[in-house]
Amino acid sequence: MEPASGIRLDHNHKLSLREFPYIIRWRDDRCKRCGKCTAVCPVKAIEPTVKVQRMVQSEGAVPTPAAVRKATHIVEQVLDMERYCTGCGSCTLVCPNEAIEPEYNFQHKFYHYKNRGGDPYKRGGRRNDPAVSTLDRLKFTRISMLTDPALDAGRHEFRIRTLLGRILPPEDLPLKMVNGKLVVDKDSGKFIPPVREIFPIMIGSMSIGALSPPAWEGFAMGVAYLNEVEGIPVVMASGEGGMPPKLLRSRYLKYFIIQIASGYFGWDEIIHALPHMVEDPAAIEIKYGQGAKPGDGGLLMAQKVLKLIAGIRGVPQFIDLASPPTHQTKYSIEEAVAKMIQSMSMAWGFRVPVYPKISGTKTARAVLNNLARNPYAAALSIDGEDGGTGAAYNVSMDKMGHPIASNIRDCYLDLVKQGKQSELPIIASGGVAKKGNLAANAAALIMLGASAVSIGKYIMQAATDCLGDEYNRCNLCNTGKCPRGITTQDPKLYRRLDPDKVAERVVETFKAADVELKKIFAPMGRSTELPIGMSDGLGIDDKAMADRLEINYAC
Amino acid sequence: MENILALETMKEGHDGSGLGLMLKDLGGEFKELKKYPIMSGICSKTGVKVLDDYMKKQGYKLKHVWTPKIKHVKGITPRDYYFARVYDYPASHKNKSFKEKEDLLMNTRLALRCIGEPDESIFVFSFYPDVLTLKEVGDPLELGEFFGVDRDGLKAKVILAQGRQNTNYTIYLYACHPFFIQGYGSMTNGENTAFVPIREFLMGRGFPGYTGYNSDSEVFTHILHYTVRQLGYPLNYYKDVITPLKTSEMDARSDGEALRLIKQSLRPLCIDGPNMVIGFTPEGACFMVQDSKKLRPGVVGGVKGKYALMSEECGLDRVIPRRDKAKDLFPMKYDMAIISPQAEEVKVWNQLQG
Repeated sequence: MEPASGIRLDHNHKLSLREFPYIIRWRDDRCKRCGKCTAVCPVKAIEPTVKVQRMVQSEGAVPTPAAVRKATHIVEQVLDMERYCTGCGSCTLVCPNEAIEPEYNFQHKFYHYKNRGGDPYKRGGRRNDPAVSTLDRLKFTRISMLTDPALDAGRHEFRIRTLLGRILPPEDLPLKMVNGKLVVDKDSGKFIPPVREIFPIMIGSMSIGALSPPAWEGFAMGVAYLNEVEGIPVVMASGEGGMPPKLLRSRYLKYFIIQIASGYFGWDEIIHALPHMVEDPAAIEIKYGQGAKPGDGGLLMAQKVLKLIAGIRGVPQFIDLASPPTHQTKYSIEEAVAKMIQSMSMAWGFRVPVYPKISGTKTARAVLNNLARNPYAAALSIDGEDGGTGAAYNVSMDKMGHPIASNIRDCYLDLVKQGKQSELPIIASGGVAKKGNLAANAAALIMLGASAVSIGKYIMQAATDCLGDEYNRCNLCNTGKCPRGITTQDPKLYRRLDPDKVAERVVETFKAADVELKKIFAPMGRSTELPIGMSDGLGIDDKAMADRLEINYAC
Repeated sequence: MENILALETMKEGHDGSGLGLMLKDLGGEFKELKKYPIMSGICSKTGVKVLDDYMKKQGYKLKHVWTPKIKHVKGITPRDYYFARVYDYPASHKNKSFKEKEDLLMNTRLALRCIGEPDESIFVFSFYPDVLTLKEVGDPLELGEFFGVDRDGLKAKVILAQGRQNTNYTIYLYACHPFFIQGYGSMTNGENTAFVPIREFLMGRGFPGYTGYNSDSEVFTHILHYTVRQLGYPLNYYKDVITPLKTSEMDARSDGEALRLIKQSLRPLCIDGPNMVIGFTPEGACFMVQDSKKLRPGVVGGVKGKYALMSEECGLDRVIPRRDKAKDLFPMKYDMAIISPQAEEVKVWNQLQG
């Protein structure tokens, strides 16, 4: 019943702060009312307001307490679910007096309400599960010490490299003997697939558009530096959205994997640049799926499609750019392989490895087996459920997909059964270094059978200071309001990010991972060849997981 | 026996947990039987009957039997029946190619292993012409006495002797070095840290002989067999398979392009551990190779007609004291020391130069 006056006398219709995922802790005594926090908040979750307060005051030499009512300025968290505090902490960063801080609220009922207008919750980031992942539970339990002198990570020579590309089985190598030496038989007519020797950790697909110009540029510069100066051959995938035209025509193209996805964004420019390319790209990745949002296409929101992005992608400005969930011109995997892999191979004269990327799924083995039978498939990239994205429905991110560990293991063991484990490299991604353990997670996946791993969210966190985490912190990537300037096209925001600093952090991160990989491989007695499938080196403190992964149960 | 005495001098490097002897190019009573396959193994009393029945059924004809004259030694419990039996091929295979005969012999050995392994009634270590193998658990010197290898008049030009069982797994006869497959034999010093990926690769080749793997060192023999017999590469490419060069180093080799492909395709066979491998080929060439960091000892020395490949120099001193020690070779990380058949000469092949 509405009150007769039409005016509500209480506030019971409102949500309480307890329903919100983050609660702002604001300290009246410290705040100097500068207004920086309310100005910087990307979602306007806090606002300055005026409240009447009853205060007891005493003035003069003798205490004469008296109650007064005073209007004061305060900072207040709004109770509108569309302006929920994301916990990004931008307010804390700008506050000169440490007067404000968001606090995670474990009791929140955010998902109950974040569907106003029938519009489900969409966000960026990765699966909101802060629990310790399987990857982080894996340990390296086979240590060579007394059985053999352990290697010294600091003194011995290590070759931490992997191969990206289809490898011929030894029985099929076109070799012949000439004067007691083996030489390649050029007259055999046998196709020798292109293979790249790379660092086993690569930067996964994040597009220009999803990323701001300084973020993408910083990653790219870091990768080039790692290759040219540090001698660590790290490669980086472009994501769907093309590449800067100058880069396409530069000698640095060899450090990049160009992605083609169902929207074909950017490919007009790429095709036109083909005759002018002075180097081949490292590889071509055909995106069929993404671990963060299996069965969902790409999405770049209109607010991020500014002039630069529209130019590179060959589209008008300020329109939603949706890639369909599937490649619409194909009806079967055989056709997909035939059309996409072979036509992409053909475009570069069969000099570039071409491989598909799928989201982690129980059916990954079906794809794998199909690829194993196709001599042009260069690898299979599997992106597990913990992979990140710039924009997706929350339900896709949190509930869809397959954990990467058992998916990779199943695929590898399937290849082992066929004796093809060294022919088709498997690239693993999705949740690598979720807790920051890059080298350990990468090494564990390699020992489960991956030839390489791909990182996305982690490098954003490590190199560009992304604030997102598995408590749904920030995760505003889809809105174009990234407070760090990483996933936005708004110059006011992205000028916060210095591309040189990003590049520097990329280099530092990979150099540190290189050292850590040595520290893992050395005591295990591995140094010259990547221990792909060295499952006897792994242990886990859960019997069911150990059995499932066919590794050692160690407790 | 002098091989075993040499092992004794190197006692600091082995635990004396077993003895494996593999003899090739035999003399004595086997001299005239060179074209017939010799089956070496151990049987229980019931196992002999099963073995006899099986061999008869397969059409093999027993031509000659040798058994060691066992001398009881404290601490060694003799098994029922140690043997080296010479057979004639079944009639169906007499006129087949040698390659087919080799496959038949291997399959027979594997079948007997299958039959006899569950109850340990039959162990067959090798079944091949002109190769004899003896294995037992225990102290090598005592085992030498036990088998009476001096008294039996056993003679051979190529002898592999190893003084330990495998280090990393349960002590078991099938885990004892040296290992053998179709004319190729080898033994190893060191742990094979890449054992599992290598084993999985070999087992994926679809070749029935790539099985067993009670020891992580057995794969070294099988890699040798795979490289030389199955892929048809010259022996020195064994080194290129197990310890491939860096890409930059390959450029200096005239066969660099082929090496690159071999390295890629045989990537899982890279041994990657501290290992020294001593082995022989069916032709009678013997070799020694080191891992890519040369983390293990190894020495080759001798005089024309008699060369020895050892883990340690003291063993060499015991066997061939009157040699020019200055000419002893210590194969380094790029080297493969190859002694030609009949011990005519020793050559060091350098991987960098090819």
